[in-house]
Amino acid sequence: MSHLSDIKLKVWRQAGPDESGRFESYLIASISDEASFLEMLDVLNEQLIHEGREAVVFDHDCREGICGTCSLMIDGQAHGPQRGTATCQLHMRKFQSGAEIVIEPWRSTAFPIIKDLMVDRSAFDRIVEAGGFITAETGGAPDANLIPVPKPVADASMDAAACIGCGACVAACPNGAANLFTAAKVAHLSLLPQGQPERFKRVEAMVETMDEYFGSCTNHGECEAACPKEISIDVIALMNQDYRKSKFSNRKTLAR
Amino acid sequence: MSTVTAAASTGQLQSKAPNVAVPEMWETFKSDMKLVNPNNKRKFKVIVVGTGLAGASAAATLAELGYQVDAFTFHDSPRRAHSIAAQGGINGAKNYKGDGDSVHRLFYDTIKGGDFRARESNVHRLAQVSVDIIDQMVAQGVPFAREYGGLLDNRSFGGAQVSRTFYARGQTGQQLLLGAYQQMARQVGLGNVRLWNRTELVDTVTIDGRCAGIVTRDLVTGEIISHAAHAVVLCTGGYGNVFFLSTNAMNCNVTAAWRAHRAGAYFANPCYTQIHPTCIPQADDTQSKLTLMSESLRNDGRVWVPMKIDDERSPADIPEAERDYILERLYPSFGNLAPRDISSRAAKRSVDSGRGVGPLKNGVYLDFSASIARLGYDTVWERYSNLFEMYERITGENPTKVPMRIYPASHYTMGGLWVDYELMTTIPGLYAAGEANFSDHGANRLGASALMQGLSDGYFVLPYTIGNYLAPLLNKPVPGVDHPGFKAAETAARQRYQGYLDVKGTRSPDWFHRELGKIIWDYCGMERTEQGLEKALSELPALYAEFQKDLRVTGNGESTNQTLEKAGRVDDFFQLGMVMCRDALERNESCGGHFRAEYQDDEGEAMRDDENFAHVAAWEWTGDPMQSIRNVEPLEFTTAHLATRSYK
Repeated sequence: MSHLSDIKLKVWRQAGPDESGRFESYLIASISDEASFLEMLDVLNEQLIHEGREAVVFDHDCREGICGTCSLMIDGQAHGPQRGTATCQLHMRKFQSGAEIVIEPWRSTAFPIIKDLMVDRSAFDRIVEAGGFITAETGGAPDANLIPVPKPVADASMDAAACIGCGACVAACPNGAANLFTAAKVAHLSLLPQGQPERFKRVEAMVETMDEYFGSCTNHGECEAACPKEISIDVIALMNQDYRKSKFSNRKTLAR
Repeated sequence: MSTVTAAASTGQLQSKAPNVAVPEMWETFKSDMKLVNPNNKRKFKVIVVGTGLAGASAAATLAELGYQVDAFTFHDSPRRAHSIAAQGGINGAKNYKGDGDSVHRLFYDTIKGGDFRARESNVHRLAQVSVDIIDQMVAQGVPFAREYGGLLDNRSFGGAQVSRTFYARGQTGQQLLLGAYQQMARQVGLGNVRLWNRTELVDTVTIDGRCAGIVTRDLVTGEIISHAAHAVVLCTGGYGNVFFLSTNAMNCNVTAAWRAHRAGAYFANPCYTQIHPTCIPQADDTQSKLTLMSESLRNDGRVWVPMKIDDERSPADIPEAERDYILERLYPSFGNLAPRDISSRAAKRSVDSGRGVGPLKNGVYLDFSASIARLGYDTVWERYSNLFEMYERITGENPTKVPMRIYPASHYTMGGLWVDYELMTTIPGLYAAGEANFSDHGANRLGASALMQGLSDGYFVLPYTIGNYLAPLLNKPVPGVDHPGFKAAETAARQRYQGYLDVKGTRSPDWFHRELGKIIWDYCGMERTEQGLEKALSELPALYAEFQKDLRVTGNGESTNQTLEKAGRVDDFFQLGMVMCRDALERNESCGGHFRAEYQDDEGEAMRDDENFAHVAAWEWTGDPMQSIRNVEPLEFTTAHLATRSYK
């Protein structure tokens, strides 16, 4: 175990949604290279409380890269420099002593800032509420092995279902589009046999709700590069294909 | 001399399970329970606190049935609940493998795994509905692992000799939670569930002997308001973060359960905590949490330590003959899949004897090289890729090349709010489900059973049992939020949070939490002694007094203030910690996760005392955690017969 010294932080501070924000500079004199990035912020907050100042507000929870609560633009990159890694799994061994690190919240109109580095991502919930489900009310399900799902189908569905809903795709997108998030859910459900009955209704409702809150996709591909779960933008093609079909297909012939 | 007064044992609690043979109980209950007509369900409001597996599945199902549901989460979205982090799988007695599984066998394994300290009636029901859970989750679109023919795949977990665990790579909890979340989101979209995010429960309100609702704090504005309902369900998880370092998420806390406890709900078996054997060892002093590596890894990983004390060689240089495969040697019939409590103690003893590995000598190896040689790299990689990647991100080491290092950590709490067969606490109208209650895992939980229990309670138990309580309340008025009972609770909550801001001491809530955690881990962790627990019970009140006069919370109470949130949670952890140590001290036996060094056999195995302790200890609040009253629910075993738990 070794230590990094003199880490200079420039952190976005903003007292509330309608307040103007600014960068503040802090110094971390020494930190273990085994510490995670968020543990470094814990150290900063302990320091601030010790000095009688208000701690930096940031969202975080599981610190295992699965809950999707953490965010942060680190030096302009969503979730920082390590590919396929959420901020909570980024470790200080990826940085050098003396480094200056700029920390900002997700920047997107659809994700208003609540305070400091914390943003409101509830627009994602609205997209799921509009159609990101399979209607199967409790109690009436048939035996689980009644519908065989070919392994490649289950695997592809799982690849898309790995999305943690963190919002890095939106934060990285120059247009603030949520196509990767939405398409991942569309693909997860629409690839499965259980998802077929609502396939077109779902994609239509989800895409149209997405468009109410988020910008439009112009295939930059920044989302895929920022995604901590490395979800492929192929799902966006699948969503677009299904959305187009949803406008033409006759729902009454879905079972054919 | 003992510094702690013995707790008085008073009244006996009754589970109210139907008076028939255990396997008949659930059918009997369902046949006899009162029903609420579909058109009348909308006249009842049910509050569900917490949106993990138990909360989301309960909220979705109750809304589908027609009840008005208000769901609360302190997260920004219901999908963040910590159920999401469960890795390995979910048990279901489907017997798809034809290897001899059955409802009875899952029931028996769970009772035995819990070291005969769980309630038979609840566990049998859990095993019965386990099969329905798998059906329900597949219908929701959970992408469980499949065989090439398209049928569901299974794997094996600790404490079982059959393969009954369904899984979705190493992300089973995530996929199940998203299934339940999506089902609830549909009800939110339909207007049947009202969702309150970033809202924390700060009190429960009891009026005229029944739970009348809750008081919440808006984590964005600090506003404290009341919510009235006909029934309240707490699905607020466990209290493993009392240890400070645990595998729980940072925000997991005992506050909801503890506020209910203070309002009159008994808290059962707080000393039953699970220390999970396969976590990544602590690396430094700034560490904020520990990361679990799924138990499923023990299907293909072998646990070993060097035979020599203080062996400095790298693992590759230690020849086969100088390695001690501890679990295979001690427990040949279960081997590396011995249950969690037993595996944890074996690892602790190896480290304590100076045979620990890694830079801080605080771990044991979990080695995949034999499996890679037998099955090929690709097969092993496919099974555990996400876990291997997670391990490498945290430690900088690749576990397919260098053996993983693991060590036990606090992971799950079997204790929780006491509930009867209908999952109702000792406050009428207040229910507890999932990890927040105590009922199904006894003194030790088996792997892949937490997901099963959360979904069982939420999907298949509560939606029935709540109707039984609500039916007689039809068209009877219930107190609204302007009732003085609510107003008094709101005032108390405002004073409580303002109080933390007003102390203006010198130490942060995290500092106190860390110190609290050290005491609990040292004296009420993997191994407990009378002397140690008494020491903890003399140190805890002193530290708590310091907390009350030297706490420093910066910022204000009118906007997001995570320091203030933490202060409230640490306060409740202190009180819980005291009751937890008292519970451990009173239970003069070893069982499951509760290992008292005084009660072990010649080979170091736990010695239960069925004559004196075959009961649930349910603590009653008196206003002082050092003076809580210990009540008892006797446990009877009519279907799974009391036996010494052996995995040899």
